[in-house]
Amino acid sequence: MDVAFGQYCEGDSLLHRLDPRAKLIISILYIVVIFLAKNVFAFAAVTVATLAMIFISRIPKVIIAGGLKPILFIAMFTAVFNIFFFKGETLLVDVWIIKIYLEGLINAGLIVLRIVLLLISTSLLLTYTTTPIALTDGLEQLLSPLAKIGIPIHDFSMMMTIALRFIPTLIEETDKIMNAQKARGADFSSGSIIKRVRALIPIIIPLFVSAFRRASDLATAMECRCYTGGKGRTRMNVLHASPRDFVFTFCVICLGAGVILINIYAPGYSVSM
Amino acid sequence: MSEIVLKDVNYIYNKGTPYEVHALRDINLTLGGGIIGIIGHTGSGKSTLVQLLNGLAKPSSGKVLFDGEDLWEKPERVRAARFRAGLVMQYPEYQLFASTVYEDIAFGPRNMGLSADEVDRRVRLAAEFAKVSPDVMERSPFDLSGGQKRRVALAGVIAMNPEFLVLDEPAAGLDPGSRRFILGGIKEYRKKSGNSVIIVSHSMEDMASYCDRIIVMANGRVIMDGSCAEVFSRSLELIGLGLDVPQVTHIASALRECGIDIGRDVYTVGYAAEKLDSFCKKA
Repeated sequence: MDVAFGQYCEGDSLLHRLDPRAKLIISILYIVVIFLAKNVFAFAAVTVATLAMIFISRIPKVIIAGGLKPILFIAMFTAVFNIFFFKGETLLVDVWIIKIYLEGLINAGLIVLRIVLLLISTSLLLTYTTTPIALTDGLEQLLSPLAKIGIPIHDFSMMMTIALRFIPTLIEETDKIMNAQKARGADFSSGSIIKRVRALIPIIIPLFVSAFRRASDLATAMECRCYTGGKGRTRMNVLHASPRDFVFTFCVICLGAGVILINIYAPGYSVSM
Repeated sequence: MSEIVLKDVNYIYNKGTPYEVHALRDINLTLGGGIIGIIGHTGSGKSTLVQLLNGLAKPSSGKVLFDGEDLWEKPERVRAARFRAGLVMQYPEYQLFASTVYEDIAFGPRNMGLSADEVDRRVRLAAEFAKVSPDVMERSPFDLSGGQKRRVALAGVIAMNPEFLVLDEPAAGLDPGSRRFILGGIKEYRKKSGNSVIIVSHSMEDMASYCDRIIVMANGRVIMDGSCAEVFSRSLELIGLGLDVPQVTHIASALRECGIDIGRDVYTVGYAAEKLDSFCKKA
């Protein structure tokens, strides 16, 4: 199992130094921009922008490529569906009941590109260049107005911090348990589906047991340090927004405006989905 | 007796990323027979080394030969290697999953595709070696104490009757009593089954009293390889590597400095007593 997913990648680039609050807002904007893109040219613009972000972040390409592995299946699945079930105008292949249209191919390509861009941009902004702690700090502060109407924001963000903190730990643990069961001859990669699902039992049970053990240890450790919730808690790192945060947000808004303009004035092959 | 040969083995974690770690460098070893101890610091590559032996890890370069056959040449050999070199990982009690102790120990033999009778025979035999008492066999492994869980996990690997029993820190985190109990069981297993045993540890005391041959690793390389006497007589080098020597070896070298030379090869208490006794008689 690859551990590229959800891991912070040490660095000191512009993206690393952005305020986590700005990064959260930018990611949301960026997702909107990606969904706004309707045709080939708009997609080209967003792709260029994403490539630029990769360049700015100085995250090794191997890590980014590795991060795409988990969505490989879903991307292929969507692509296949779009290629075979899309009705367009230019018929390319017509064999028996299979009809493939040029529009279907382009549509499939763009939708896969959209999934890839979504994953790359959000993981670049939120996981590779932001520590989970900074991220939840940012989220907590962004949502803090909601605390006034009685929503327990601090508790949610603490839960999220803990959950994020334990993702790598649990992945590592899964790896270890898998190895231990493999050492006893467990086979996860052959046999029928039912057999393979059954083969997961020896992994899932020890994983749950250890997750519960960790949870109870952590709860004890927090209580020992007098944790009673968010009330009256001050923070060690106070976040400060700087000009670069606003500049970056502004750039993304401009990109969005550009994409809308391209959609209107440069109609190319459009996506429908 | 079968043997495992490592030939020019290198192992690199996360190749091509900033997290790249060269865990093993140009390892050449022939393993087989007796109880072999592998000692080294955290990060010296000893845990990676043992994962090569049963095909859990594939060397980045070099070969792992099992009785002269390259492990990675054919995929079925890798699976066979899992059963031939039984690996007990660190803290193996966290891998227990079945509803009863019996079922858990039977997991390995069942994966080998053995008949029900043979599985039963092996489970009982393995439980005996690992000192799992028959009356806990039908209990849930999660109800047992830490030391008992460890022994059940050990039995789960012994039940595969591997030609090599490979143990990564088998006594870590146990109290001295359980420690001796588990290591004693391993020694007895070695004697009765005739299978080779490989123990990874950084407890010098355990190594000195249970191993026939000791391999010292540092920074992914094999630094020393020889009998206990050979290795522990180089106590200054070991200490230089940040490793320790058995306490009695420390005492022997302290005595030597005071002019009482009982030899450099002292590493067990019994032998030290013997030497000291004959020294006193001479004086």
